[in-house]
Amino acid sequence: MLITCPHCGTRPVEEFTFNGDASITRPTSGDMDQWHDYVYLRHNPKGRFEEYAHHSGGCRAWLVVTRDTATHEIFGAVTARDHAKKRSAK
Amino acid sequence: MKYSIFSLLKNTLSGHRNWAPAWRDPQPKKDYDVVIVGGGGHGLATAYYLAKVHGITNVAVLEKSWLGSGNVGRNTTIIRSNYMLPGNNPFYEWSMKLWEGLEQDFNFNAMVSQRGVLNLCHTDPQRDAFARRGNAMRIDGVDAELLDTEGVREMYPFLDFSNARFPIKGGILQRRGGTVRHDAVAWGYARGADARGVDVIQNCEVTAIKTEKGKVVGVQTNRGYIATKKLGLAAAGNSSEVAAMAGLKLPIESHVLQAFVSEGLKPYIDGVVTFGAGHFYVSQSDKGGLVFGGDIDGYNSYARRGNLPMVEHVIEAGVAMIPGLARVRVLRSWGGIMDMSMDGSPIIDKTPINGLYLNAGWCYGGFKATPASGWCFAHTIARNEPHKLNAAYRLDRLRTGHMIDEKGQGATPNLH
Repeated sequence: MLITCPHCGTRPVEEFTFNGDASITRPTSGDMDQWHDYVYLRHNPKGRFEEYAHHSGGCRAWLVVTRDTATHEIFGAVTARDHAKKRSAK
Repeated sequence: MKYSIFSLLKNTLSGHRNWAPAWRDPQPKKDYDVVIVGGGGHGLATAYYLAKVHGITNVAVLEKSWLGSGNVGRNTTIIRSNYMLPGNNPFYEWSMKLWEGLEQDFNFNAMVSQRGVLNLCHTDPQRDAFARRGNAMRIDGVDAELLDTEGVREMYPFLDFSNARFPIKGGILQRRGGTVRHDAVAWGYARGADARGVDVIQNCEVTAIKTEKGKVVGVQTNRGYIATKKLGLAAAGNSSEVAAMAGLKLPIESHVLQAFVSEGLKPYIDGVVTFGAGHFYVSQSDKGGLVFGGDIDGYNSYARRGNLPMVEHVIEAGVAMIPGLARVRVLRSWGGIMDMSMDGSPIIDKTPINGLYLNAGWCYGGFKATPASGWCFAHTIARNEPHKLNAAYRLDRLRTGHMIDEKGQGATPNLH
């Protein structure tokens, strides 16, 4: 798998550390059910998937990579900051 | 037909042309008392024990592909019960006891071989942790022996004892651990369940789960609608996808784990050895190939194939442990999809939906658990309550703070 980092360009998969489902959002309240869902439940689809990836072997930025989990095809990567901005704009 | 020396002789004399198929190929009926989704080891074992222990025989096992096409045919065949935590060890030890009597029980040669599982340690703290784990095992009645360096050298003189970075300080040995012919486990359970009236239906993929007023009423499949009041999910790597059909979001991520087999060698490694400074485990199959594996690739995947960086990583760990491996050629590699849970331990439980039962979250320890998993899941389905052996494997344990985290990694599925 080759991932195109917005800062570093196209880099091999071993430079990245994955942290899974990027669809979850950190709760702003103290509601325990919301926290349980945030910490433990995961969107885990077969197919198109947005996931957090840390470019730990490169610029060390947190990214959100869009990838197909059934084929490993990579559709693109944006910084986690841009992803969050886009999400909050929705 | 019962398999025995007499059936073998009889069929030998007729040139092996008259063996009957080991199980039927039935058409799905309109309804069943219990439907199991997933014709892998756990699903087939569940059906077998439902019929044998609980007398429930109007059961269907639905498999989307061919029997044993998933993880039961993709693992590295290791069995052991060397866990530490209270919720785990009695369960895995029951599994080991079932392995020990399995072949006689289901009249099928699964080549259960208790050749010993040795975990190596490379530091003093790791040895202390092994002593603690061994003591926990012995409290639960499991065999455990702590070996020093010389004890390990006597068993496996070709390990790299002089490795400057990872010297071998000893190991923990479970002599009752070993390996099993993995496909035969699926076949034996399928044959045993089928003989008791269970319909094992291949090429039958569940496409929807139908519920009414919070109760399961049936499943839609590519071979028509099947009604049932009790539905057991044993879909391993596809658990999240199947559970989502019932509106459940699980504490699970699916990850790819690669495994490897080398060219055939003369007898070299007569047990199972695991590296303690990285993740690597190896045994030798009866055909002579070294069977080995390591860590999951680390990213969500349903692809059943991994990437080369993990191949390199696994083989580096192997060569650090056994330098001689550097001259062995790898014959094949493959991948399986692991249902990685949030605390590294499985779930065998009821769900918030009446009549829906879940067996998932096996991470990459599912094979050794096959008999006990089926046995406990059958009990949970038949009695509508967990057995005490799987009582800790609750779906809601993360909510209540009762996680069973052997590695102490926290909610990071790709690190368990």
